[in-house]
Amino acid sequence: MSTSETTRIVGASVTRKEGVDKLLGRARYVDDIEREGMWHGATVRSSIPRGFIRSIGFDRRIDWSQFAVVSAADIPGDNHIQLIVSDQPCLADGMVNHREEAILLLAHPDKHKLRDAVESVHIEYEPLPAVFSIEESERQNPIVWGADNVFKTFLLEKGDVDSAWASAAHIVEGEYRTGAQEHLYIENNGVIAEYSAERGVTVWGSLQCPFYVHKSLLAIFDLPAEKVRVIQTETGGAFGGKEDYPSLLAAHATLLAMKSGHPVKMIYDRMEDLAATTKRHPSRVRHRTALDSEGKLLAMDIEIATDGGAYSTLSSTVLSRATLHSPGPYVCPNVRIRSRSWATNAVPYGAFRGFGAPQTIFAVERHMDEIAASLGIDPTELRRRNFLHDGDTTATEQVMREPVILDQLLDRALAESNYHAKRAQFAGENPAGAVKRGMGVAAFYHGSGFTGSGERYLNSLAGVDVTPKGEVRVLVSSTEFGQGTNTVLTQIAAEAIGLDYSDVIMAPADTGIVPNSGPTVASRTAMVVGQLIERAGRQLVGLLREHAGLDEHFTRAEFFAASERYRAAKGEVVSLCRYEPPPGIFWDDQKYRGEAYPAFAWSVQVAQVAVDTVTCSAEVEEFWSVQEAGRVINPVLAAGQIEGGIAQGIGYALYEKVLLQNGQMINNQMTNYIMPTAEDVPPIHVHFVEIPFQHGGYGAKGVGELPHDGPAPAILNAIRDATGVSFHSIPLLPEDLFAALAARQAIEEPATV
Amino acid sequence: MSECWPTIRITVNGQCHVVHAPPMKRLLDVLREDLHLTGTKEGCGEGECGSCSVRMNGELVNSCLVPVLQAEGASIETVEGLAQNGELHLLQQAFLKCGGAQCGICTPGMLMAATHLLAHNPHPDIAEIREGLAGNLCRCTGFMRIFESVIAAAAESGTAEEERAADAR
Repeated sequence: MSTSETTRIVGASVTRKEGVDKLLGRARYVDDIEREGMWHGATVRSSIPRGFIRSIGFDRRIDWSQFAVVSAADIPGDNHIQLIVSDQPCLADGMVNHREEAILLLAHPDKHKLRDAVESVHIEYEPLPAVFSIEESERQNPIVWGADNVFKTFLLEKGDVDSAWASAAHIVEGEYRTGAQEHLYIENNGVIAEYSAERGVTVWGSLQCPFYVHKSLLAIFDLPAEKVRVIQTETGGAFGGKEDYPSLLAAHATLLAMKSGHPVKMIYDRMEDLAATTKRHPSRVRHRTALDSEGKLLAMDIEIATDGGAYSTLSSTVLSRATLHSPGPYVCPNVRIRSRSWATNAVPYGAFRGFGAPQTIFAVERHMDEIAASLGIDPTELRRRNFLHDGDTTATEQVMREPVILDQLLDRALAESNYHAKRAQFAGENPAGAVKRGMGVAAFYHGSGFTGSGERYLNSLAGVDVTPKGEVRVLVSSTEFGQGTNTVLTQIAAEAIGLDYSDVIMAPADTGIVPNSGPTVASRTAMVVGQLIERAGRQLVGLLREHAGLDEHFTRAEFFAASERYRAAKGEVVSLCRYEPPPGIFWDDQKYRGEAYPAFAWSVQVAQVAVDTVTCSAEVEEFWSVQEAGRVINPVLAAGQIEGGIAQGIGYALYEKVLLQNGQMINNQMTNYIMPTAEDVPPIHVHFVEIPFQHGGYGAKGVGELPHDGPAPAILNAIRDATGVSFHSIPLLPEDLFAALAARQAIEEPATV
Repeated sequence: MSECWPTIRITVNGQCHVVHAPPMKRLLDVLREDLHLTGTKEGCGEGECGSCSVRMNGELVNSCLVPVLQAEGASIETVEGLAQNGELHLLQQAFLKCGGAQCGICTPGMLMAATHLLAHNPHPDIAEIREGLAGNLCRCTGFMRIFESVIAAAAESGTAEEERAADAR
């Protein structure tokens, strides 16, 4: 397409489109918005993990006539959130399957009256046995979902794994676990809803995917598409946490608006947001790996289990991405991956940056270091011997048609971090000191865009228009929540049309105005939607040249004059483009084989870690990330994505523990769910190597999720390098380090009595 | 009930306000609800995240932890007061240029913490910046570009001071 041409705006670090509004404090987040006559809503939630609802009582101290009260019986349509499998009720109806499941909704003009009212609803239950872990669910007693507790199973087979063991020089096994992780966007979930019999439903909210919310509202309120309007407000962080949950919250607020006859605002406080909304899926991954005497992979047998929580929500697609990323960026002739997502009575787990990949990449990249140690090979050398290259095939037998430059990325990462010299230096210093230092590496890919046939099913539509006021607008349902959608897409539009960055704005993310360009997830926006905007921009210029006499070279004034001539002749000045899959892409959903992703972004990360053997704290001292993610549209924003993802990955590895007790998060406060602060994040060095991808917007591939995939294994590999102790599970907190280091000390220095 | 609420006088960004509010109402809510200054954000409601940071009589406070009665007679500075005569404050300019704001929800509090830091220490080193911003959580940036923004603003303000000094001579 346009990947080799010189660009004016693409590739420049223009400032964030909505940046000035954010810096002045005038950007309007949902809680900053008031509607005339607005009431406030709250949720009465389940206090048990599983059971029948026997009765709902209302304390007589409260004057309930002043409240709107909504139960499942008030739902005019289908009481289910519309996702892949529509099993999650909007409001519990007779039964609950997890703690904090919504049972009843209350609204009142004074938000300060709500807390007391929620506590004055008394629900009696008949509890049922519940399951709280993958292992308990695997026992299939009790069955808490479907026929077998299994949300989804995948079997991926390449070659013949079973024939490889006999001839292997080495067989290495390992089991790896990851915990739940909370998004901790600083803006909690929130919406405002209005309902009128004539106009239908309007929802404003902090959300990623306006058309997901739209789809659920149509079903729950049994309304035609034109009677439901969903508008994204400025969104204070999401990271996947506002992918599916806003559909539930929007439905709740709309039910209250319908019942009360008033606009209703529902804003969760931090404790409710942490307790009731989605988290990253916990996982257990087992590897059994056969290698030849040179350390080349002969067979990988991988078994993946995730905890999906009480309803299926996105667990099947998270499991799919987990499966497809589990073998790492390596060539292996024989691969078998068996993966399952299990139902438990936890709050449903959902999308979180990486979407299953950080879990299985943690396992394979930790496992590679275990293999290296077992074979006595340097961990970077073991990776180099097995890296994918152009022309190789992945586990799904996808041929690598684009350049794969893992060797180059590894070389650069090792050079930038001074890896070998530092490792040698630390090996010399560590025996004498209480602080042990080490270096760890992780190499990985992240598939850009929806998995397999996903982009074809999405069939996205996006474009640009010119308003009578003389604004060029980008028309997408792709949303901004900090990652840079507004900036990157307006850069692409301005570039493609031949205008300045300041000439192009975003149309509001309003389902009544913009076409469905798909959800803002899966590292797809710059690549997939960006390409639609690039095409639409060029198409617009073509239309103006053909029908409105625009010259090949034009000034800004000539462009807008031509637009007005076009408007006079044709009505509106709009150019839309629909997704077309890159040629030669084939995916077999049945056999789980073919082109898993249209493109992959690649990265090698290096962590330098210091472990204090007295305090048992592990600190990341410095971090390097080298990646190839296609063309970089905006260097400052892209580096910001990498740095932010790494900080979250550091939290995933060393700080962030969701403490669950009977399916309830008991540390649901920022006081005791700990994320890295300004004092914890190390210097992060980011280096891009750019290879434009022919089918991405100006050559872009996905960059948003990639950086979160590597820090956890790189850090735990560095801790192994520092201490000689292998850790197989995250988060790794000081108490875990203490237990392991104390146990080792007991072996090395047996107590003399 | 509202008739027994005390009358509270506070100055916000140089402007005097008289507020009738329950004495224990959070300063955060008075700013947002009574004065319609919604730039100050709530992130956690327990003083952990710093999104609601404002300056009160020159001290950096979490406005979610300050009962408004305690702010009686106080001078409050919020994000809305940073830009002067339509021109972005040096810190705002630097955040814009360096990528210090992503989703923007922590930004008002972060700007107030950075303002407070530079007010006491016009040229902080990186360790001082980290310490000065340690009470303000950002989940998007990994903090690197926020540090860069503060360094850039400090350098710019140094230049401005030198220019003023040169002009004075």
